[in-house]
Amino acid sequence: MSEDCLCKNPSYRQDVLIPQVGVIRKITQETPDVRSFIVTAPGGGRLFDQMPGQCAMICAPGIGEAMFSITSSPTETDYHEFSIKECGVLTSYLHGLKEGDQILVRGPYGNHFPVDDIYKGKDLLFIAGGIGLAPLRSVINYCLAKREDYGKIDILYGSRSKADLVKLEEIREVWEKAPDTKVWLTIDREDPEWDGHVGFVPSYLTEAGFSTDKTAIICGPPIMIKFCLQNLEQLGFSRDQVYTTLELRMKCGIGKCGRCNIGSKYVCKDGPVFRCDEIDQLPDEY
Amino acid sequence: MKKLSMNDVPKFLSSVGAAMDLFVPVRMTGATNWGVWDKEREVDLQTLKSVKSPKDVFFPQCQTMYTVSKGEDGFSIDPMKLTDQPFCVFGIRSCDVRALTVMDQVFLADPVDTFYKARREQAILVSLACHRPAQTCFCSVFGIDAAQCDGADVAMWMIGEELFLEGQTEKGNEFLGQFSELLSDTDDTASVEEEKESIRSITKKLPYSSLSLEGWGAGKTDEKFDDPNWQQLSDACLACGTCTFVCPTCQCYDIKDYDTGHGIQRYRCWDSCMYSDFTLMAAANNRTTQMQRYRQRFMHKLVYFPTNNNGMYMCVGCGRCVDRCPQALNIVKVIKTMDKGREEEKA
Repeated sequence: MSEDCLCKNPSYRQDVLIPQVGVIRKITQETPDVRSFIVTAPGGGRLFDQMPGQCAMICAPGIGEAMFSITSSPTETDYHEFSIKECGVLTSYLHGLKEGDQILVRGPYGNHFPVDDIYKGKDLLFIAGGIGLAPLRSVINYCLAKREDYGKIDILYGSRSKADLVKLEEIREVWEKAPDTKVWLTIDREDPEWDGHVGFVPSYLTEAGFSTDKTAIICGPPIMIKFCLQNLEQLGFSRDQVYTTLELRMKCGIGKCGRCNIGSKYVCKDGPVFRCDEIDQLPDEY
Repeated sequence: MKKLSMNDVPKFLSSVGAAMDLFVPVRMTGATNWGVWDKEREVDLQTLKSVKSPKDVFFPQCQTMYTVSKGEDGFSIDPMKLTDQPFCVFGIRSCDVRALTVMDQVFLADPVDTFYKARREQAILVSLACHRPAQTCFCSVFGIDAAQCDGADVAMWMIGEELFLEGQTEKGNEFLGQFSELLSDTDDTASVEEEKESIRSITKKLPYSSLSLEGWGAGKTDEKFDDPNWQQLSDACLACGTCTFVCPTCQCYDIKDYDTGHGIQRYRCWDSCMYSDFTLMAAANNRTTQMQRYRQRFMHKLVYFPTNNNGMYMCVGCGRCVDRCPQALNIVKVIKTMDKGREEEKA
């Protein structure tokens, strides 16, 4: 049975696995190993609508394809932004691309943070480490754009060094100046260029001693998430007040290829956003 | 009911094969596998189990999804055309038809896999009852009847020198009407009933027919995940992936690129959760031992899948893994070992 190439036939019913062409409009070097890419459709504008926390598959033909969180807020209707850390074959290739170059994008995939129902009216505590800021940034900017819908916002963000803090300019110029919003920055080690807090994110969390009437949203390296959860519990937070994201290898993005299966869940489809008491229902390891 | 003399089968298949794509079990280099009918090929309706299941017909081992070429204006994406002509799968067994229902839960769930859906819709399934089920068969454990394939468009029985065919769907009756030339009417339902009885009585006596699935199924993650038997069961696993490739329900896949020199073909292909790089990411690998990978395969089939699909198991008891695993670490061994552990615990 042949599956002949059907070049640009308009009657073709597109499968969800077929990507769209995206154009890189702007590249920003955020840190020594993180670059942000602003992507639009070839004719301008977004490729699709998404919700905060959702992801997209980015493909460089001949190199590979992987899932990345969309770091721009859905309220930013002109483009999608991805903050990508150079750590493997595909991400190294993406870091070599220039403005005007094309990539392939499909999505959006996964669930999203419950910004339009559960989070409404709540005080929100965002806790991010390193590149873990990328998925939270879409939620933070969404909440700031609809500021009156949410209570007090605290953002605790840490990285290895000052140079490794992603989107520092936006944090200082926009987030710190937003109404009823407090930003808590920290870096792992002393730095002559840094006069702010020094220490790991989990211990800063304990020091700050947040009140337990907040909904906490954590994203970062697994070890940071683990200790933040412990410290939140010590502060008196219950597991159903805390949200985080999981990350596993993905190929299809639609719960069919089997890779990101943990227990009866697929991280690509049922996640990436999970409430911590939902994670407790899953096996401890994979 | 219709009848077809075994002598006329080559002629019958010739006329079907001339009208549409026709998939049949083909005997080649000492093994029987599914392939496209061709008058030069040896059709094998006698062998009970093809080495690989016919899942290949619906979910090809390798399938190009689209081609990307780079021109002056940038990338252009050419998706592959979906199957839009009817085709026939002739001689498929009850277990392999049920396996399609299992794969439907994955590929037809929202968002639908259009490549798979198109093939499912165009297929005409002509089943063949299992005249003599094998010692490694245990389809009855999953409520499958080797004597009567409900999910097929045409049910077929091979009795002596004749094939008996019965249309079970509109599509099946149309098929029998389209190729009626060599078919004759028969009211000899007694022979078919006798054949069914014989198959069912053999099935009852098969060694694995009494296999108990108690303790497995939806919601049993906590009970089974930390069972100490996983380690000992998986110790000898070679991670060869044979079980996943011969399995009619294993549907995990990879997506890869092939550079044709004129563009990139993006294709998907069967993959195996038995392989160490299945979950490998740039940052880490969440399954670092063969025990974890081995456990994943069986937990998926016997616990996670039923949890998500109203109790349906992701196994049809075809016994191919029992036949083929070089270390005899098949699903029957897992079920029996764990069942024994449970019994001992009770006692």
